[in-house]
Amino acid sequence: MEKRFIYCDNAATTAVSKRALDAAMPYFCSEFGNASSIYMHGQNAAKAVLSAREKIAGILGCKTGEIYFTSGGSEADNWAIKGAALLGKAKGKNHIITSVFEHHAVLHTCEFLEKQGFEVTYVPVDENGLVRPKDIEDAIKDTTCLVTIMFANNEIGTIQPIREIAEICKARKVFFHTDAVQAVGNVEINVKDMGIDMLSLSGHKIHAPKGIGALYCRAGISLPNLIHGGAQEKNKRAGTENVPFIVALSVALEDACSDIKAKQERLSKKRDRLIDGILKIQQTRLNGDRQKRLCSNVNISIRGIEGESLLLMLDMYGILASSGSACTSGSLDPSHVLLAIGLPHEIAHGSLRLSISDETTDEDIDYILETVPKVVDRLRSMSPLWERICREEGLVGTI
Amino acid sequence: MIYSEKVMDHFANPRNVGEIENADGIGEVGNAKCGDIMKMYLKINGGIIEDVKFKTFGCGAAVATSSMATELIKGKSIEEALKLTNKAVIEALDGLPPAKIHCSVLAEEAMKAAIADYYTRQGLDPELYVGKVSHNCDACEGCK
Ligand SMILES: Cc1ncc(COP(=O)(O)O)c(C=O)c1O
Repeated sequence: MEKRFIYCDNAATTAVSKRALDAAMPYFCSEFGNASSIYMHGQNAAKAVLSAREKIAGILGCKTGEIYFTSGGSEADNWAIKGAALLGKAKGKNHIITSVFEHHAVLHTCEFLEKQGFEVTYVPVDENGLVRPKDIEDAIKDTTCLVTIMFANNEIGTIQPIREIAEICKARKVFFHTDAVQAVGNVEINVKDMGIDMLSLSGHKIHAPKGIGALYCRAGISLPNLIHGGAQEKNKRAGTENVPFIVALSVALEDACSDIKAKQERLSKKRDRLIDGILKIQQTRLNGDRQKRLCSNVNISIRGIEGESLLLMLDMYGILASSGSACTSGSLDPSHVLLAIGLPHEIAHGSLRLSISDETTDEDIDYILETVPKVVDRLRSMSPLWERICREEGLVGTI
Repeated sequence: MIYSEKVMDHFANPRNVGEIENADGIGEVGNAKCGDIMKMYLKINGGIIEDVKFKTFGCGAAVATSSMATELIKGKSIEEALKLTNKAVIEALDGLPPAKIHCSVLAEEAMKAAIADYYTRQGLDPELYVGKVSHNCDACEGCK
């Protein structure tokens, strides 16, 4: 039998789309000029960058001059947070609010700032993986210079009450940044309408190449540079523009946002079939709110087994997924996101994240639903932990 | 992190998985919080490990090291088995990623815990033969 290849890790990264690749190609070898050069060849590149910027601004609902290209989501997060921190410091404000389950690009930046003397409040999330706007409101004080809360969580896919949080920040005159790396293309976003001051996005989650992203920063916020040098990006972010990737990002974003409602409908049907199917296995639980959830995200904990061995075995069946187990997080603790929603270590170790895309077919879902129970059964049959759970809780030891 | 072919082979086709009814010694080490538990069963006859089986909850390396450890001690005398170190398990698997060394430590400890249990059942002081065996993560480099 031909080995399958069912890629269900689109929250980790995506394949570059044909359209994005085709749009980028001319800017590698023929239209390779430097966008800062005065001759035609350079100006063609500059025009391509401008039109990409216009396109992205149009999609996000902001002005062209409010879009800054970066090397990706991490850089955009770093820039927004460190920049806002420096602006705050100049005004004697040194307090930042974020949540406990942000991406490390945000968390580690905040931890760095703590070492530099900033004060950071990490608001908790509820058991469904949602930030409570009230917690933000209560945490804001006179010295608060920034609130940064992710739009959608990368592990459990929960969509945060961004509009409400933005309103609170506006009323209290605090800058609001959101890491929308996972939300862009899955959720309708209009930064003006929602009252967002800064927003990070990344290309490689939406079928553009890795290493390109953007920061939206509202006009009027004069963010200090993170990268110093040439005059690119309005003197704010030095470095010769990555023209092909910028063009690819704009095309990929256009495709990702062209018909989000229809996409949500298509994908959430598939997602729900996966969720319901996998939850038929006994002693499993869905992580993250069922409704306020990305249409692409499935995250389920399966008791008695460990995530890495689950992934390795699924890989043998051609299913590519991810997990929040310690062994896959590269640290000794399981995912901080799963711990944040209150899962005990033991259950967090046995988590499975499937993140689907339009490439995921109904047949793929059938196959996944056939395969996961087989693999779980096999791993449980050799698990002393499962044996103990069955004994102590009087379960019948099969799935 | 990349596993050797040997590790993947022992993960995909683990040797000696299961339990032994009326085992002469059973050892269990690790804990659910850390994400790995190994349980080893021994059938011992005239000081020879006639049969050995294991069950493991844990990552790919945890399964592979338990599998390899059982292969290395099956048919051996207790004395020989006690000479088995985690290093030998690592070598037999053509290496482990640094973050996974503790799995091999756990495999060595599971085996020693099972032998200690055998001595206890014989009414003998296991420490005299096996030394101190930790039944938790104490010896696990990873947790330090
Ligand atoms: C929520 C979130 N923020 C930030 C990032 C980092 O983006 P990038 O890989 O483009 O730096 C990711 C992806 O890994 C993410 O999921």
